[in-house]
Amino acid sequence: MQQERQRLPIICAKPLTAETEDILQINAPLLADWLVAFLQDEIVRRRGFHQAVVGISGGVDSSLVAFLLAKALGPKNVLGIRMPYKTSSQESLDHAALVAEVTGICMETIPITDAVDGYLKYAPDADPRRRGNVMARMRMIVLFDQSQKLGTLPVGTGNKSERLLGYFTWHADDSPPINPLGDLYKTQVWQLARYVGVPEVIVNKPASADLIVGQTDEGDFGISYQKADRILYFLLRGYPPARLLEMGFTEEEVKLVKGRLDSTHWKRHLPTTAMISSTSINDYYLRPVDY
Amino acid sequence: MSEGHHAVTKIHLAIAQIKPTKGHYETNLQRVADLFSQLEEELPHTDVLVLPETVLSGYFLEGGVREVARPAETVYADLLRLYRERVHRSEACLDIVLGFYELWDGRYYNSALYATLAAPSSAVEPGLKHVHRKFFLPTYGVFDEKRFVSRGRTFRAFDTRFGRAAILICEDIWHSVSSTIVALKGAQILYIPSASPGREFTGKNVGNIAHYNILLPAIASEHGIWVVYAGLVGFEGGKGFTGSSQVVDPWGQSLVIGSDREECIVTATIDREDVAIARATSPLLADLEANLGDVVAELDVAAQRVHRE
Repeated sequence: MQQERQRLPIICAKPLTAETEDILQINAPLLADWLVAFLQDEIVRRRGFHQAVVGISGGVDSSLVAFLLAKALGPKNVLGIRMPYKTSSQESLDHAALVAEVTGICMETIPITDAVDGYLKYAPDADPRRRGNVMARMRMIVLFDQSQKLGTLPVGTGNKSERLLGYFTWHADDSPPINPLGDLYKTQVWQLARYVGVPEVIVNKPASADLIVGQTDEGDFGISYQKADRILYFLLRGYPPARLLEMGFTEEEVKLVKGRLDSTHWKRHLPTTAMISSTSINDYYLRPVDY
Repeated sequence: MSEGHHAVTKIHLAIAQIKPTKGHYETNLQRVADLFSQLEEELPHTDVLVLPETVLSGYFLEGGVREVARPAETVYADLLRLYRERVHRSEACLDIVLGFYELWDGRYYNSALYATLAAPSSAVEPGLKHVHRKFFLPTYGVFDEKRFVSRGRTFRAFDTRFGRAAILICEDIWHSVSSTIVALKGAQILYIPSASPGREFTGKNVGNIAHYNILLPAIASEHGIWVVYAGLVGFEGGKGFTGSSQVVDPWGQSLVIGSDREECIVTATIDREDVAIARATSPLLADLEANLGDVVAELDVAAQRVHRE
């Protein structure tokens, strides 16, 4: 009589795919506490300031920073500034006000329309990109000046996705000396924002620089943050593009993201200086920022 | 039945995880002096005070190393002077493990010293007992140590008032061979000053701490030794050190663990006798000793391959 063949159960490891869950998952409570400690250490202990200034756009990034700052310094020590241009949406202003209401931080509104238009009078041919850059730089003039008035510092709100995609104005959005979000992908910002209590209406709306009416980040990129973040995640960890195609990303998606990443390294650096000595700053003369 | 031996086998440990003031040797030295005062008032029975890596300057200094590095003898003399200024009991004495940037023999090192501090009238002789110079210098990603300090070339065990010990610094223990060597050299307590910047916030603990929580028990239980880990805290230019100072027994159980971001003193009373008890249960070190000849021969073969390629 033939004995029935025995079969063992087979347990397969899941391969990495474009859809693999968890790769961008964060431990939100742990990270929120860590970033609060970061803000306290960098603002209060290292630099001796007790207040902070942050530009509040009504978007998720600046809202999250407002929540973290309120926790780190106490809401009354945080000044949020709305800096609308005449084309900024009312919804953005309303959402910024909502953040102030929920967090209890102080809020001021300083419109940049006159300042921006005062300059643009001399640049009537400026295209939307130039106009957007002027607005972003004007907002930094306001933030740094208001910080000076209070004897404190502006805090940045740029996230890792926009830094890697070069989706910011050089020496504007990236200029505040302290930034708690710069190593968080946008999809991680959303997770953390939900955890700390940023209102859903802010977290759920499409991300937008609000420099042009109807503009959205994802419309500008031609790819969703969900996709772009995953591609960036794998590229930064050292996976070659061929591996990403194996995982199921399309060639167009990988090319688009890698193209933006590779063409914007300069935006993540200080200006290029001609080196003429063996004590060249940041080449030979090396001291950390907090030394 | 015999009472056995009568030697004192208990050791009262205090690990202090602090946020150094960047680049200020004197200020940080005063922080250590404040610790002497606090221990004297609140934990006067402390036998050994353990402090993290680069505690007299902060970790990320780049070219600033040359400005804060001191000879070990200078650091020891400063510690002894401050100890005697702060602690006035006639029999007072305290052993200390402390990480610092060292100037030695015309080069800079990332080092940690072991010293005995004692009042002038104490029966205990003060002295600088040992200096370990970090052997594995991390130079990748956020780390750039090889650029600014030279590497140590030895792993040593040394005798203390409280038994035979060894010091390894941070990445030294990420290589299992380092702790194996000091265990073979007779260390029964391994002190690990560390400065580990937090990264990866996906799991229950910060990623690097999750890794230490694997390494430390693995080292302790493989060799049957006490493991005493002191982690720096505080942010340096956005990079936050993850503290989590802890004491792991020779079975691999963590007895106590400090905060992953705040300053604190972590204490534990350990018993040297546990080394023998643990090793009797799990004689892995003895097995290694018995096979050491073949292990060394295999290492030689492996080294030839590495060097050939």
